[in-house]
Amino acid sequence: MRMHYNVISELTREYIFRLAEKGKRRDGRVLDQFRDITVETGVIGTAEGSARVRLGNTEVVVGIKMQPGEPYPDSPDKGVMTTNLELIPMASPFIEPGPPGAEAIEMARVIDRGIRESGALPLEDLVITPGEKVWVLFIDIHVLDYDGNLFDAGTIGAVKALETAVVPAETYGLGENHPLKLREIPISTTFVKLGKAIAVDPTAEEENVARSRLTVTTDLDGNIRAMQKGIGGGFSLQEVEECIEKSIRFGRQLRSLLWENPEMVIERAGKEE
Amino acid sequence: MGTDNQEIVLLDEKGRRLDGRLPGELRPIKIMAGVLHRADGSAYVEWGKNKVLAAVYGPREVHPRHLQNPQRAIVQCRYNMAAFSVQDRKRPGPDRRSIEISKVLSEALESVVLVERFPRTTIDVYLEVLQADAGTRCAALTAASVALADAGIPMRDLIPACAVGKVGGKVVLDLFKEEDNLGEADMPIAIIPRTGELVLLQMDGKMTPEEVKEGLKMAYDACKTIYELQKKALMEKYMVRTEELLDKETLQSAVERTEIPSEKTELLEEGAPEEAEAPEEEAPLGEEAEEVAEETAEEEVPETELLEMGEEFMEG
Repeated sequence: MRMHYNVISELTREYIFRLAEKGKRRDGRVLDQFRDITVETGVIGTAEGSARVRLGNTEVVVGIKMQPGEPYPDSPDKGVMTTNLELIPMASPFIEPGPPGAEAIEMARVIDRGIRESGALPLEDLVITPGEKVWVLFIDIHVLDYDGNLFDAGTIGAVKALETAVVPAETYGLGENHPLKLREIPISTTFVKLGKAIAVDPTAEEENVARSRLTVTTDLDGNIRAMQKGIGGGFSLQEVEECIEKSIRFGRQLRSLLWENPEMVIERAGKEE
Repeated sequence: MGTDNQEIVLLDEKGRRLDGRLPGELRPIKIMAGVLHRADGSAYVEWGKNKVLAAVYGPREVHPRHLQNPQRAIVQCRYNMAAFSVQDRKRPGPDRRSIEISKVLSEALESVVLVERFPRTTIDVYLEVLQADAGTRCAALTAASVALADAGIPMRDLIPACAVGKVGGKVVLDLFKEEDNLGEADMPIAIIPRTGELVLLQMDGKMTPEEVKEGLKMAYDACKTIYELQKKALMEKYMVRTEELLDKETLQSAVERTEIPSEKTELLEEGAPEEAEAPEEEAPLGEEAEEVAEETAEEEVPETELLEMGEEFMEG
């Protein structure tokens, strides 16, 4: 799907930049403030795991599907995980139907990297018979309402959906159904540069006028697991370092907002080993 | 990535890497400007075992017209890996990885090209990875801005790119294949040297914020080295031209001396440096020079050579 960006007047752009440089935003937020976020899990009965995330006016549904399959020849002892993001035309007047465009592919790959590199779901966990049979897991992110920052909404949705997923072993005669183990909680934080200011969790309008964008994914211990700079324009070294520091802070906040006890999630996964 | 492999020691006790480099050492890099004939500008980069070609066409008409931007040019990169560029044959055509890389490289280049000079056009940058050994997007981006300069496209600066990563628990520069596969993290960056802005920044793996900081600094310094190599490549191509013309004393006398083309033929036979002698490439010295070259070429050049040039003139 190719996205056509809304044509925004120069006046609006200047206004957004001027506001941001004064530390304000059109929706009343300050620069370092996420929109309200709600997460619901188990919303799709046909999926192995699912989550619906509302981040301000952005809404995504993430579904996990699993089926047995063959491992890749170069990694016989690992399962297969694929992340896909669909920007469907219902989500915005500026999205046209068609196969995934560069935007959707980039978002899916950045979300995928956060999950993969953080070890949230080690692919070794998905092996059924080493070298022969493994679980092939699909993370499908469906964008229902697009008001910016799909990176962060998508990551949260994917992690929540994985956490609640149940391996459909019975369906395939492979023993009893059992929950997937989530071993890490990666959280991504996306920033955009509005004029000289940097704002977190951009709306679609802010993304549209932004000079550049940076996504940083962190783990529970405050390590950096993935980064992606996007849109033309650049960041200074100092700005990148600031964003990294903030992303660690936002990661902590979001984790404690969305999980009662984030450490417990990991411990539980470890104990059952 | 993320696999800790105990059998292979990526860093020995002296801090040397598998290929003998020190942690902060780049692989040998060779950059050449203007290596293709049909393209408006081109560059070739050999970076360790990586071999990457860049070709620039444009500014020209945007193909699907709805992509046109009435205010500025768009920069469209196409990063592509040859089927034979990797150990297991890669299926030809764009995959999700190359689509993403094409996107981030286009965005990086748009930040330096004076796009507002060429409204409604596209500047196409084709990047072909002929041989890959990790770090191809950096090699490709490094080649891309040299090719853009070679095409005479106005830019704020060149963009050097380089990756850092974490290998054997240590931050190291410019990972090669084995380190990329077995290391703990990889972080490609590209900068605008004049302003110090980061225009490409990606990372995956596991690093502490301190390590990221250290890595960025290391990559910054490396980018400055690469920047000098980029400038040198352009100098090498265009300095020769100036000297050549000085030999001919003045531009005017070059018009009168009709034996120039045959000299060129000889030079080419001797295996003179690339196509540095191709007269129509003298464009940087102004349009007059180009006209001069065209005139002389038409008079004396042997038929085969004329054919080649004819094709190029059509492009021009």
